[in-house]
Amino acid sequence: MFHVKHDSFDVVVVGGGHAGCEAAHAASRMGVRVALITLDPAKIGVMSCNPAIGGLGKGHLVREVDAMDGVMGRVADKAGIQFRLLNRRKGPAVQGPRAQSDRKIYRESMQAELALLSNLTVIAGEVADIVAEKGTITAVVLADGTNVATRAVVVTTGTFLRGMVHIGDVSYPAGRMGDDPSNRLAARFADMGLPLGRLKTGTPPRLDGRTINWDILEEQPGDDDPTFFSFLTSKTDTRQVSCGITHTNARTHQIIHDNLGRSAMYGGHIEGIGPRYCPSIEDKVVRFAEKDSHQVFLEPEGLDDPTIYPNGISTSLPVDVQEAYVRSILGLENVAILQPGYAIEYDYVDPQALNLSLQLRAQPGLFLAGQINGTTGYEEAAAQGLVAGLNAAQHAVGAAPITFNRSSSYIGVMIDDLTSRGVAEPYRMFTSRAEFRLSLRADNADQRLTPLGQEIGCVSGIRSDAFGAKMDALSRGRSALDAESWTPREIMGAGIKVSADGGRRTSWDLLSFPNVTFSEILALNPAHSDIPRDIQDQLWRDALYSKYLDRQERDAAILKRDEALLIPEGFAYDDISGLSNELKQKLNRARPASMAQAARIEGMTPAALSLLLVRIRPLRQEKLA
Amino acid sequence: MDTIYALASAQGKAGVAVVRLSGPAAHDAILRLCGRIPPMRHATLCRVSSDDGSVIDTALVLTFAKGASFTGETSAEIQLHGSRATVAALLVTLSKIPGLRLAEPGEFTRRALENGRLDLTEVEGLADLIDAETEAQRLQALRVLSGALGKKTESWRTSLIRAMALLEVTIDFADEDVPVDVTPEVIALLRDVTASLVQEVAGFAAAERIRDGFEVAIVGPPNIGKSTLLNTLAGRDAAITSDVAGTTRDVIEVRMDVGGLPVTFLDTAGLRKTDDLVEGLGIERAIARANQADLRVILTDGSVPDGVTLLDDDLILRGKVDLVGDDGPGVSGKTGQGVTGLLNHVCAALSQRAAGAGLAVHERHRQAMTSSKAVLESALDALEMGNRPTELAVEDIRQAVAILDALVGRIDVENVLDEIFSSFCLGK
Repeated sequence: MFHVKHDSFDVVVVGGGHAGCEAAHAASRMGVRVALITLDPAKIGVMSCNPAIGGLGKGHLVREVDAMDGVMGRVADKAGIQFRLLNRRKGPAVQGPRAQSDRKIYRESMQAELALLSNLTVIAGEVADIVAEKGTITAVVLADGTNVATRAVVVTTGTFLRGMVHIGDVSYPAGRMGDDPSNRLAARFADMGLPLGRLKTGTPPRLDGRTINWDILEEQPGDDDPTFFSFLTSKTDTRQVSCGITHTNARTHQIIHDNLGRSAMYGGHIEGIGPRYCPSIEDKVVRFAEKDSHQVFLEPEGLDDPTIYPNGISTSLPVDVQEAYVRSILGLENVAILQPGYAIEYDYVDPQALNLSLQLRAQPGLFLAGQINGTTGYEEAAAQGLVAGLNAAQHAVGAAPITFNRSSSYIGVMIDDLTSRGVAEPYRMFTSRAEFRLSLRADNADQRLTPLGQEIGCVSGIRSDAFGAKMDALSRGRSALDAESWTPREIMGAGIKVSADGGRRTSWDLLSFPNVTFSEILALNPAHSDIPRDIQDQLWRDALYSKYLDRQERDAAILKRDEALLIPEGFAYDDISGLSNELKQKLNRARPASMAQAARIEGMTPAALSLLLVRIRPLRQEKLA
Repeated sequence: MDTIYALASAQGKAGVAVVRLSGPAAHDAILRLCGRIPPMRHATLCRVSSDDGSVIDTALVLTFAKGASFTGETSAEIQLHGSRATVAALLVTLSKIPGLRLAEPGEFTRRALENGRLDLTEVEGLADLIDAETEAQRLQALRVLSGALGKKTESWRTSLIRAMALLEVTIDFADEDVPVDVTPEVIALLRDVTASLVQEVAGFAAAERIRDGFEVAIVGPPNIGKSTLLNTLAGRDAAITSDVAGTTRDVIEVRMDVGGLPVTFLDTAGLRKTDDLVEGLGIERAIARANQADLRVILTDGSVPDGVTLLDDDLILRGKVDLVGDDGPGVSGKTGQGVTGLLNHVCAALSQRAAGAGLAVHERHRQAMTSSKAVLESALDALEMGNRPTELAVEDIRQAVAILDALVGRIDVENVLDEIFSSFCLGK
């Protein structure tokens, strides 16, 4: 019935956004035959929303993707036109790298990275169906009837499932501005009985930078000493620029207030739930009526592109109102709008239907990654793409799943949150979501994850060598600091406050004191100046939290123990006597993989956990017997 | 789920015995026993019969709907005549109904806990209430059972989550339009919670005494009438009395209700220099227990006995006051002179201490409060001295919340995010 036009593949990735690129790249690094199918290959690697990568929690994710030799960090470094390390004045655990990106360079670099992969084929087309025979994935079918054989599929359709764009009272189906939605795949998912929900997000109007009065605006330059995403990057690749800062005012708010009824969101045209941390300007004006001004960042979209992304004023008001309120803002009096802001509603699949490898429990071989799982953000998408891509490759060759846990990565935190709790709003990473954040730092992502990448074979020789050299230097430095100790008198001589009657202390101990940096250690022992500067800094960061890490390690050990208490798939919660119906429902929906996951289900009580534990213990013993 | 049943009142003969049923089949069981299900929460006289139709008893039956009962489950109570035979007959009949089984000890309360009808501290309060022997114990248990500790913990949690949210907003939203200097509010919140914790911990000793009883030691030289006084207080011959000095060797305890407070009076060996090895050991023990006691009644013959250092709140009385005919403060177990005055004094002194009782009643509560106070002080230090990064202060507060939470429930990062999103306008 179908004519086979393509070779057969091990993994098919549907979609060429941030999740899709990362998934295809990861599967390819695992050495399997990969096809990336997208509506328009020219749009692979497009940044649909703001022209920036990273931030708090998000920068951590990019570092982790990079530590596994993923592609986002390297591409973002190439495209970076303004680098800033956020929270510079706080400790390294909560510092997040962020960069403005040149959209065009980003897209082109991403496409160039994928073009380098000999086992990756890019196919233009719309995936209309996914074929499973006897429960096993065998192929995807394109809209033109082409059959592409594969063993595993990663779906990364972002906001394209029944996507609907809203501007004022005008709405029309679209995956993003200018692209058709994927309604056939949405219908297919509905047929499969997957739990679907609806979310929304929004964008601001894009402005013509040539019509902005930059001279009167505050300038926000990048860092003098840029912090990159990739552990392999050492310098910027392109010219660096500044962003501008301006503010909304009382008149802006009045215009918005007067036209609220014409906003798609306030006019009742939208049912989806939007993110609380990224409210539209309408939301800001209504919910925080006491504030008479909101910050607006004017972010350049590229070096040879006049488009400016005004971060902070996303909207679904009609075009004429957008024009009026934008022009009420300082510096934007004569601005021209290149593309109006809009809200977009889309379907997502309740991620509680997925397991820790992002595979649908109901359909082995079918993986979902990115916004389709109810998340928001390029970085969250890429990190899921990595997990889904690696696991799709593993599935295709019949190898064991690769999972990430909460105590060793933000990726693990996110996947665990998504699969065990689902989402109530678009999910974004925050450092406060990671209970082990003192040890899950952006600076040590390679120490935490590159060994795993080496073990599973997704890390290149170049990275392995660089990592090995760094680890050797760190371990030599650590040994040297551990090996020497000083009397209180010597320590005070170096300007470090200690009690005079204390005992001798090693250099490593001293480095963990508040306010002690490597320069005080150098005052004690100038010979350490032969330790390279970046290794000195890393030793300091590792030492800084060492006292707190003991506590976190104890907690992590408890978590690991609970994670090791696996709950069998298909476990019958209904049979547990003493468990409330409400908890049974929640457990049935989330189907936690372990006691650790069960403990994080909202409303779970210690008593209910002990009931559960009592029931899974005998099961485990039977298995051993 | 199983339906459980058990005798809820004490074992043995009594006017009325209460059998309780809880679980989905509770009302079906009542239908089977009584031929009908009485309206919810209406005490109804029913004839209770076994399956063969023979009448067990005529009993008051109460039914409770799911969600409106002690356990939160469908449940019922049968109040029958409290003879051993009647109760046994009913329990045998219940055991034959399919889906019913005898409850394990504490299972009704466990179900109430699992169904969220009680929190952990309330369960402890309930256990204390059941054990309460005196009025002060009853009131204290009731305060815990009514959720006073849970509510207090909740208010601490609310303050700490607010403090965490304030600090987290400066961390996770550093590049946004959020207040920069949240430190004063955070410090104020942490100081409030710490002070409140200190207060509750300070009240632990008194609360523990109310729960476990105060100790009042009677000390003095030999043959001053200590044992006779104890026997009079007890209203029975608890201690051997004789005219021979040094009759009492060991510490003899008598537990009493003094004005609603549980008090244990201790009769101790008479204090004097002795070569007798056994008497010497008894005197050592007397001094040790007297020093640990909450209050000491010192009987004298006019001089301070050997081995006693007087404390401000010691009650010093002339012993065998009936023999000396003295009008000064004295007591005689033999005639009862001064005994009421002694009890009034003890009651007043101990009531004053009991008034300081805090919500920490069990050692578990005290430990949780003490350790959260310690980590909060570390957080305060970090914020006030400014010598450690913010994330470490947050780590300490997170730890404090986790400790307090173990008292009643669980914490969730979503609580912190909820607080952040409802307080600050975020999103650039």
